[in-house]
Amino acid sequence: MMRRSPLLLNLLLVVGLVVLSVLSLIAGKVWVPLGHLAAASDPRWAIITELRIPRTILGLAVGATLGLSGAVLQGYTRNPVADPGLLGVSSMASLGAVLTIYLGLTGAAPWMMVAFAMSGAGIGVLILLALAGSAGGATTFLLAGMVLNVIAEAGLSLALMLSPNAWATSEIITWLLGSVADRSMVDVRIALPFIVVGSGLLLTTGRALDALTLGEAGARSVGVSLRRTQVVIAIGVGLACGASVAVTGVIGFVGLIVPHLVRPLVGSRPGALLVPSALAGAALLVAADILVRLTPAASEVRLGVAMAVLGGPFFLWLLLSMRRRLA
Amino acid sequence: MRSVSAMALEARGLAVRLGGRAVLDGVDLAFQPGKVTAVLGPNGAGKSTLLNCLAGLRRPDAGETHLDGRPIETLSAKTRARSLGYLPQAPEIAWSLDVRTYARLGRTAYLGAFGPTAEDEAAVERALIRTQMTAFADRDVTTLSGGERARALIARVLAGEPRWLIADEPLTGLDPSHQLDAADLLRGFAAEGGGVVVTLHDLGFAARVADRAVVLVEGRVIADGPPAEALSPEVLARAYDIDARWTAGAVGPLLDLIGRR
Repeated sequence: MMRRSPLLLNLLLVVGLVVLSVLSLIAGKVWVPLGHLAAASDPRWAIITELRIPRTILGLAVGATLGLSGAVLQGYTRNPVADPGLLGVSSMASLGAVLTIYLGLTGAAPWMMVAFAMSGAGIGVLILLALAGSAGGATTFLLAGMVLNVIAEAGLSLALMLSPNAWATSEIITWLLGSVADRSMVDVRIALPFIVVGSGLLLTTGRALDALTLGEAGARSVGVSLRRTQVVIAIGVGLACGASVAVTGVIGFVGLIVPHLVRPLVGSRPGALLVPSALAGAALLVAADILVRLTPAASEVRLGVAMAVLGGPFFLWLLLSMRRRLA
Repeated sequence: MRSVSAMALEARGLAVRLGGRAVLDGVDLAFQPGKVTAVLGPNGAGKSTLLNCLAGLRRPDAGETHLDGRPIETLSAKTRARSLGYLPQAPEIAWSLDVRTYARLGRTAYLGAFGPTAEDEAAVERALIRTQMTAFADRDVTTLSGGERARALIARVLAGEPRWLIADEPLTGLDPSHQLDAADLLRGFAAEGGGVVVTLHDLGFAARVADRAVVLVEGRVIADGPPAEALSPEVLARAYDIDARWTAGAVGPLLDLIGRR
């Protein structure tokens, strides 16, 4: 409905992100007030540089990826409950990461897990595009994604069931719950290039997503290539979400929720949602990560769990508001 | 100055098979700009498939569609989209957009890297004026009434300023007054030199709106000509299995539907 420019919202979101990032650097079990950091010898600097900077960067990057991918997939499928997990690429990345734990390779090199996860995502994208066929329709594409999801889920269950020892089992489960805690700059350096390239690809789909408002035949009639759109989405989601899952594990619901939060502010045109969804996704993830750090429990609530806890009530709200609109 | 046939939209020997059934079976038709051609025939006769092939959205199993003398597959998607405006039957409108934003989607093939230009916006406004949708420009296109919605759909196609308008049952589901509005839009488009190919179910309207009627039955053209001749009682009997004849009405011929044959 609205023709409000997304520019103002984007600006506000950027300001919010700066505030949240600063907060994310100083908040946690150990508060580090910025004023005390004048002295370079303060030992708390180590907490910031070794732990909280990578954590914050990953929170921003992964949140942006998930928000953007969610907006792209909702636009592409024209379905408001679509999320990045739908393509099965993220679960294939999970499977790759879990295999490194299963095979006991995590200690071999810091990049081993990420490499396995990215390979999983890559294989996922290839299978997805091969199965989807050349016509470019959304239905076969999503069915192909479902096939991937089933394969990956089966693999994950098998890895859990056959895991060599209790330590590996608990390691797999913990990893699957998703978190940005205790990541290093190595993780950031490995994941960020893929996330940037993947997100860049996804940002180019805006016009095709707009045209898909007309349906698939309508979009083709105004000159959109459905097949090209599909390939760009598969590769973009594969790179960005694959790399995200590789370093943080599975964090759900961000991609599903964020476009819904943005739509009332900038209108429903899918292309107009992409940048604000990326920014809002980053804000949501970093905010949620700050909150989980502040939970008084002995061990910190995993971010993936916290997002899932938010996801239930959100779905309820979505259901109620949709029912009201249809009534 | 290009010759008339070089400006035409042509179907040459189109054949499409679906699930072992011939949906189109050797269709040869040439359409001229400045004319409204109604494609008629019973349900399942292949009308929508023909329009899809003409719009370059479906590759026939045999035969070719030519635009201005060139096979339509050899055109870039952009060129094709700028020349041919296509309105699907009962089109999906996926998101709640305001009518102006919706109509702007018709400019997709013109948009450069920096979004709509002043020229694009002017074309959108002209399309809204033509369809009398200016007053509705800020309304949600998904909440419009049937008649308003039909005009918004046509506005989207007109915003792309195509030379051809290929519309699949644009009048279906409209009350008589809105049917007249939509028919006037089609006629106006042709009067300004555009070519219109439209499928219709209302035979009386076809006779009133179209310069030419093409009747398809089981994927073949069984009649083609001015409506008064092409829609003869014999053709209607063969196409629809009905007994009907034309009588003189106040403004044009009226179809007197007597009953089943």
